[in-house]
Amino acid sequence: MSAAGDIGRRLGSIPVVRRTLAVLLVATVVAVVGPALSPHTAIDADFDRILEPPSLSGGHWFGTDQLGRDLFVRTLEGLRTTLLVAVVSSAVSLVIGVAYGLVAGFAGGRLDAVMMRFVDALYALPFIFFVILLMVVFERSFLLIFIAIGAVNWLDMARIVRGQTLSLKQRDFVAAAKLVGVPTPRILLRHIAPNLLGVVLVYLTLTIPQVILVESFLSFLGLGVQAPATSLGTLVAGGVGPLESAPWVLLLPSAVLFVVLLCFNFLGDGLRDAVDVRLGRRDTP
Amino acid sequence: MSLLEVDALTVRYGADAVVDDLSFALEPGEALGLVGESGSGKSQTALAVMGLLPATAAVGGSIRFAGTDLRGLGRKAMNRLRSVSLAIVFQDPSLALNPYLTIGRQLTAILHAHDLARGPDALARAEAALADVGLPDPRRQLAAYPHELSGGMRQRVMIAAALLGKPDLLIADEPTTALDVTVQAQILELLDRLRDHTSLLLITHDLGVIAGHCERMLVMESGRLVESGSTATVFRAPEHAATQALIGAATDLAVDSPPAGDSDFLMSADALSVGYPAGRSQRLAAVRELSLALRRGETLAVVGESGSGKTSVARALCGLVAPAGGSVVFAGKRLGATLAERDLGLKRRIQLVFQDPAGSLSPGMKVAEIVAEPLRVHEPGLAREEVRRRVEAALADVGLGPEYLGRYPHELSGGQAQRTAIARALVLRPELLVCDEAVAALDGSVRARLLARLKAVQANTGLGILFIAHDLAVVRQIAHRVAVMYLGRIVEAGETDAVFGNPRHPYTRALIDAVPVPDPLRPAGRNSLSGEIPSPLAPPSGCAFHPRCRWSEPRCVAGRPALERIGGEPRRVACWRAEDPELVTTPG
Repeated sequence: MSAAGDIGRRLGSIPVVRRTLAVLLVATVVAVVGPALSPHTAIDADFDRILEPPSLSGGHWFGTDQLGRDLFVRTLEGLRTTLLVAVVSSAVSLVIGVAYGLVAGFAGGRLDAVMMRFVDALYALPFIFFVILLMVVFERSFLLIFIAIGAVNWLDMARIVRGQTLSLKQRDFVAAAKLVGVPTPRILLRHIAPNLLGVVLVYLTLTIPQVILVESFLSFLGLGVQAPATSLGTLVAGGVGPLESAPWVLLLPSAVLFVVLLCFNFLGDGLRDAVDVRLGRRDTP
Repeated sequence: MSLLEVDALTVRYGADAVVDDLSFALEPGEALGLVGESGSGKSQTALAVMGLLPATAAVGGSIRFAGTDLRGLGRKAMNRLRSVSLAIVFQDPSLALNPYLTIGRQLTAILHAHDLARGPDALARAEAALADVGLPDPRRQLAAYPHELSGGMRQRVMIAAALLGKPDLLIADEPTTALDVTVQAQILELLDRLRDHTSLLLITHDLGVIAGHCERMLVMESGRLVESGSTATVFRAPEHAATQALIGAATDLAVDSPPAGDSDFLMSADALSVGYPAGRSQRLAAVRELSLALRRGETLAVVGESGSGKTSVARALCGLVAPAGGSVVFAGKRLGATLAERDLGLKRRIQLVFQDPAGSLSPGMKVAEIVAEPLRVHEPGLAREEVRRRVEAALADVGLGPEYLGRYPHELSGGQAQRTAIARALVLRPELLVCDEAVAALDGSVRARLLARLKAVQANTGLGILFIAHDLAVVRQIAHRVAVMYLGRIVEAGETDAVFGNPRHPYTRALIDAVPVPDPLRPAGRNSLSGEIPSPLAPPSGCAFHPRCRWSEPRCVAGRPALERIGGEPRRVACWRAEDPELVTTPG
């Protein structure tokens, strides 16, 4: 996709974005390979070294938790879960939302009305109730939880994509394609979708932190991933208890969560700039 | 002392000089024309004088107004000068007015800002200003919002706003480009009248506008002044190639002879009606029982003011809107009402070129992909090399080299984008090409080249062209026959020479009279047409044109004349008095 290539190139030329991407890349690599390289594991409890403060020489870089588990490895494991949530849930909300919005917006008329009323109805459902329901049905499978989160988050995406499609299909270039006889799927793919790209990308980077927060929130409530697996949200929840005696158990995973969220927000800003340059280009008169 | 002295003015954006070493002077009471194609630096010059250039512009040289160096003035001092001494009117009046404030609020705000008047005093002055620019019922207009006014009325409001502070110099930057030719004539007449109080710097790309209204003119090209002098001299003996090109583009009125023989009609529309829903129970009838026909190899122009229904005709013929009634026959077969009812083979035979060149090209596709797309749809088996060869040939036909293949639409100028759109329309070798204001957004010389290309393609392939336009000069250059539309109906139709040389309908006559003539020795476009086109929601009774017609009589109000042949001519006119000798011979 050449338009995507253009946006990518411009994105790469924004320094904040370059640094953010570097941080996210390092975080991903460390989260994936880090736990394997560490002498500790996330589940081995060492009851002799409960709530040990962080130290570089003692072997526990982030200290230990109430069960004497190495907090650094646990944080990396949590980070891995959280990044996985970001990717899987956002991808789910992206695919459903874009496809749904595109079809509703382009079809218009009665189909559009029916599809969007369905979205309105879903909006009206209490979100937590909905997730709990899904989780009962899905029996708390690791991956299915993420899919459930994504499946709830696609509503906004569908609305945005539909609105954009509604205005794009009025444009002359779509009329020109119809006049030539370009089949509808090709019009959607070649003429409408590429012009949605900017908005979708920007909105996607806003969805990612949202999805991460939702997962953390669910885990905090005890509805998210289950022990022994962990996520940053679970770690933060677990850190609340020993807050007074051992603040690092709460603060260090929170700090990592904070940095990751910040990175995605920066990425969103950068994307918006990169896309704006393309759409808002003005020649000097 | 000159009122405005510009000396060695240079405006740069980065390394690009958009105005380069420009010097000129404007005397008190003078009207000076500044002409050039888009990108020649005219508007940048105006903005520089007004001190409205963006911060990214590097300005050099000096601008002196009544002896004061404007460039040395601070922001506050410059603000005080604006409106009171210097005022500007921009091209697009709909962009210059705040849609959420009434006209009265916007006008009095100017008076308040300059401490010229307050309270009822300010309202009275605003009302007087609106009356000065010829707005009907100025008191009521004060309470109106911009969207309630037509384009011509909005431009009058802008001029009224500019004149509130009684400035010594008015800069008008393409003040009529966005307007219909009849409204243009009214606005230009208004600017002429204002000359008693104020000097005028009139910026335009249309030499016809300059010719009737300015004593002196400057010609700019790529930021430089290439020619200056009295309008009469420049027109008589243009020295620079750019001026010659501008004058050539404006006066070249060669019409080819129409195709010989009365071969079968390629396309004919019979009693075509197009309507749109408007509000709850109303329907806006844009086209009313219109009939027209087009031969192979022929160009038929449809002209009229905006709101006359021209574009609806084009869209209905192409199947983009379903007609409310009537039928269209193409190459002997009745056409489906909408695109969905037309088969693929038919779609390649009828193509449309849109008015806005940039908007009709997919922003994310390269020129090569855009022109190749029709081939992919209609000849999916075509080899890659063959597609490329045909795309290059189609682009070459419209004068674009292979270096444009890899460009995106936003990297093209307006002319290049429109040529790409025409290449896309012609790559399938259609039999009917509908051009909806296809050259309206282009500069004179680009327009002339494009029209020549279209003519060449037509001569080679026998293409039938339906040419929708409001610019009569363009129509004269390309059309064999012309149909004049008013409020959804054809009021006069016939051979271009006959219709333009001897118009028999008062509306045709008014349209022709309103065209600014690019000849300073002939009288400026007279305006025999007052007011504006009525709303198609409530068309006048009888002949729809009667409220604006100076020859109207009781029978025009009572009954609508049919479109009928007059005398022994092949021309048809819808007017009770089409053969009335008074109407034919009296000058407008």
